[in-house]
Parts: sequence; structure tokens; C-alpha cells
Amino acid sequence: MIDSSLRALSDKLAAREISSVELTRAYLARIDAHNAAVNAYITVDPEASLAQAEAADKRIAKGEAQPLTGIPIAHKDIWCARDWRTTCGSRMLENFRAPYDAHVIQRFNDSGAVNLGKTNMDEFAMGSSNETSWFGPVRNPWDQQRVPGGSSGGSAAAVAAAMAPAATGTDTGGSIRQPASLCGISGLKPTYGLVSRYGMIAFASSLDQGGPLARSAEDLALLLDVMVGFDPRDSTSLERPEEDYSRMLDAPLSGLRIGLPREYFSEGISDEVRAAVETAIGEYRKLGATTVEVGLPASELSVPAYYVIAPAEASSNLSRYDGVRYGFRAEEYTDLLDMYCKTRAQGFGAEVKRRILIGTYVLSHGYYDAYYLKAQKIRRLIARDFAQAFEQCDVIMSPTSPSTAFGIGDRTTDPVQMYLSDIFTIAANLAGLPGMSIPCGIDSAGLPIGLQLIGNYFSEARMLNAAHLFQTNTDWHTRKSPVAAS
Amino acid sequence: MLARIEITEAESQQTLEQLSGVFGLIEKMQAIDTTDVAPMAHAQDVVARLRPDAVTESDQKELFQSVAPAVEDGLYLVPRVIE
Repeated sequence: MIDSSLRALSDKLAAREISSVELTRAYLARIDAHNAAVNAYITVDPEASLAQAEAADKRIAKGEAQPLTGIPIAHKDIWCARDWRTTCGSRMLENFRAPYDAHVIQRFNDSGAVNLGKTNMDEFAMGSSNETSWFGPVRNPWDQQRVPGGSSGGSAAAVAAAMAPAATGTDTGGSIRQPASLCGISGLKPTYGLVSRYGMIAFASSLDQGGPLARSAEDLALLLDVMVGFDPRDSTSLERPEEDYSRMLDAPLSGLRIGLPREYFSEGISDEVRAAVETAIGEYRKLGATTVEVGLPASELSVPAYYVIAPAEASSNLSRYDGVRYGFRAEEYTDLLDMYCKTRAQGFGAEVKRRILIGTYVLSHGYYDAYYLKAQKIRRLIARDFAQAFEQCDVIMSPTSPSTAFGIGDRTTDPVQMYLSDIFTIAANLAGLPGMSIPCGIDSAGLPIGLQLIGNYFSEARMLNAAHLFQTNTDWHTRKSPVAAS
Repeated sequence: MLARIEITEAESQQTLEQLSGVFGLIEKMQAIDTTDVAPMAHAQDVVARLRPDAVTESDQKELFQSVAPAVEDGLYLVPRVIE
């Protein structure tokens, strides 16, 4: 049961071979057994989950089930879920109970899915290793001395440890794809604007996008069907005709043109990552795809531009945490200003404070043109590079991350080193393009390697098709972490 | 100060070093000429939607104030501002 795909679980539920209560209990038992070691979840609420499971069983009995009815899904603790503690990995929201549901949570609830719990994450999604969480680091189920990646590290680890069949995440600069890569699972960041940001705690609003993490592309498609949808409460939500993201899964790959950006295969990639990615591309050629070298020269500046734009937007978004309307308030202070300063000094962790300081500085009078405006111009150049590349190809492939999972504590003292681990993922966020990571190898230390796919706007179904056929012809996505096997 | 975050003397040296490192990275942007490039604020060229000027939200003041650090008689409490 624990090894089944979402489709198989859905079929078993529909055939009444298993009940949602049994399935939910099985996953709760795995969380109970392994969360102390992995720390993938911040909050589990068996009573609430089982109540939803009972309701799902009744719905199935009445013949009113949808594909995900009765299936437990873990949610990154960035999504507000009514009456659930919603912390965003921060002391600032340690005791915050959301008074409403995010659009994505509402859509999962409407589909009859079960909320299995809220997963650990880098504080306010700022991090690439899940080490900035107020609730402690998440441990990679493949090697518990290593990071799972971030910021959706808890979601990726939960799936990789078989503590959830699937999970939601968010991706501002690689936060779905990089942890999916480091944990040996599949993850997709949709085109910006497809998944509503309503009720998703904001980090950098022009880059933030929710998406699914699961074991296979086939599972991602089912999750995407639920997550994507117009929402008037998000000013950047796109109104588009409804899509069935599974419709093209088995379409042949002959004629697929794969773009290989020379800048993404330069130095700085570990030899084993490069070899695995090249082997995967060889597999695609066998499946009938052709490859073409493309250039993304401005991508070299994606990390610098991102570390202006994202902190700038974050400094504005996070100004709401002032200790007045919700969240943490410092215990001792003299006046109102002192209350703000102490509340924010104690409520935020080091990385969040660093980004607020950077953001405040780059937006300040006299520096705006040199930093923020310059970064927005570079953003345009990056988007243009992609537009030109997509004249020659249908999908771009590269490593997701230059290395496999690094050790806990290895990069915490040098923020710049940490930032560079997102070097291949950030450009897709700046351009607003969909990006994916799927497993494509295991290195000599036994750690998973990820292949990144970047598609043109709204080409998710084709990307899922490309990923699915790779997964039909290889078995990397079926490899189990030691925790999942125990 | 604009960020409204207190930084102690002990923290300030390390903060300064780390921020200098990050700005070293950011400065690389200056290497590229961006004259005549229009800034890109957003991934999609969406125009702000308008909606009828009608009340759509219900009054949930009590629910929303139930998560506040300090509330009295429906008001948020903060330290005295005007003496």
C-alpha cells in the first residue's frame, strides 16, 4: 500500500479494497515511527486527518469520489489551513492558527484529499537546505547526516521517506526542484500564475509559485489537476481553460527537441552529476528526441539578480510581522518602535533578517536604480534568452543542482556558497517558466541525482509526458531511500 | 533601522561581513550593459483585474483578532504612542 502510486491508491479506494481511514492510519504510523529521525513534519493532527478520511470514505461509498478522494497529502507549512497551526518554519508564527484556508488547501479539501500534516521548511521559504527552520533541520532520508535541500525540504523528505504518498511545496528560486533532486523524487514548479498564491505565506510575490512533489510524473499530473485553477483573490492568477495534465503522458517522444544550455554544463558541476545527466539525455535520444545546444548567457547573472529582487519583495512582504495583529511579540520592550525592533529581532532567524536587510537597502532612496531596477532589466534579458532558446527546442534539460546532497552544517556559515546551490533553478523563476526535477541517477555515495526540465509557458503537460516516458524506461524514480525501505 | 530589526553590537560584525559577501555577488550585475532594456516586474503581463465595488467579505473580526498577541474591547493593544 505504501509503495503504490496515487493512481493505484485511487483505484484501490474506489474498489473498496482499502479505506481512506486505513490508508491514513498507515501513513500516520510511518510518521510516528520515522519523524523523530527525519523531522519532516512540524505538525501532525491525527484526529483532524482521520476525520477527513472518514468523510472521504463516506463520499467514496456514495460514488462521489474524485481521483484524489481519500488520499493523504502532506502540505508545506507555508499554506494556511483553517484551524491548523501554520508556522512557515518561523518562531514568528510558532503558535499561529490560520483562520482560513489557502486556495490550494481548499481545492484539495474539495477534492476529498486528506491533509496528512504540515511539513517542515526553511524559515519563510528562505533557504536551500532546510537548516533555517525554527523547528530544526530536516534530515535527508538517504543519509541523515545530509540536508534534504530546501526550502520544501520537509515535503521532499516526507515523500522520499514514504511518510506521505505526495506533498505540496512552493518554489521561489528552486524550492521544489532542488529538494526533489536531493531526495530522489519528482517535483514540478508550474508556470507563474497557474497556482493561486492566496493563503500561501508570501516571500517574493513575483516569483513564488506552488507545485507538487511526488514519486513520479504520473502522480504529479494528478496533483496538478487539483492545484491549478483561477482564483480572483490572487491578483496574478491566470484565467485559462481547464487542462487535464495526464492527457499527454504516453504520447511518443519522437520529434521532441531538447535544448542543452552550454552555460548549465560548465565547470562547477560534480563529475557524477554531469555523467548521470548526460546518460539521461542519451536515454531521451533513444526514445526519439533530438538535442540542440542553446545559449542562455544572461543566466549567469540570475543568482545576483535574484538576490536583489527576492529580498526586495521579501522586505516588503515581511513588514507585516510587527507583533500587533498576529504572531510572536517580544516580552520586554520600552515603546512601540522598540517593540517592533525586538519582536522582529527575536521572531526572525538569521537568514530572514539578512534578506530583509538586503531588501530594505536595495530599495532605499539613492540605491533603487543601481540595484532593483538593474536586476529587473537583467530579468528581462534572462526571459529573452529563454524565448530565443524555445525557438529551437521544446524543452531545456540540465542538472537540477550542481551537486548531490551536502552535509548538514557544511554551508551555513557562508550564505554565498548556499545561494549558489540554486544556480540552475533560479532563472526559470525569474522568467516565470515551468520547471521540473526528476531522478536520473545515484552517485557513489548513494545519493540521488536530479535532471531538470524547463519548458515554455504552459507546456506542463508536454513536460510531464517527457518525464513520464523517461520513468517508463528507467527505474531511478523507484529507488528507495533507506528510511523508505525500513 | 528602516528594517525595524534590532542588531546587537555582538551581531553587527558578522552581519556586516556576510552582507558584504552577498553584495560582492550582487555587484556582478554591473558587468552587463542594460541600457535600453525595459525592466521586467513580472513574469506574465497581467493587467490588474477590476471587480464591482461591492462588499464580498463577511465580518470575521473576532476570529481574526483571536490570533492577536494583545486585544481589548475589539482593539489591538500596543505601547502608548502619544503621551
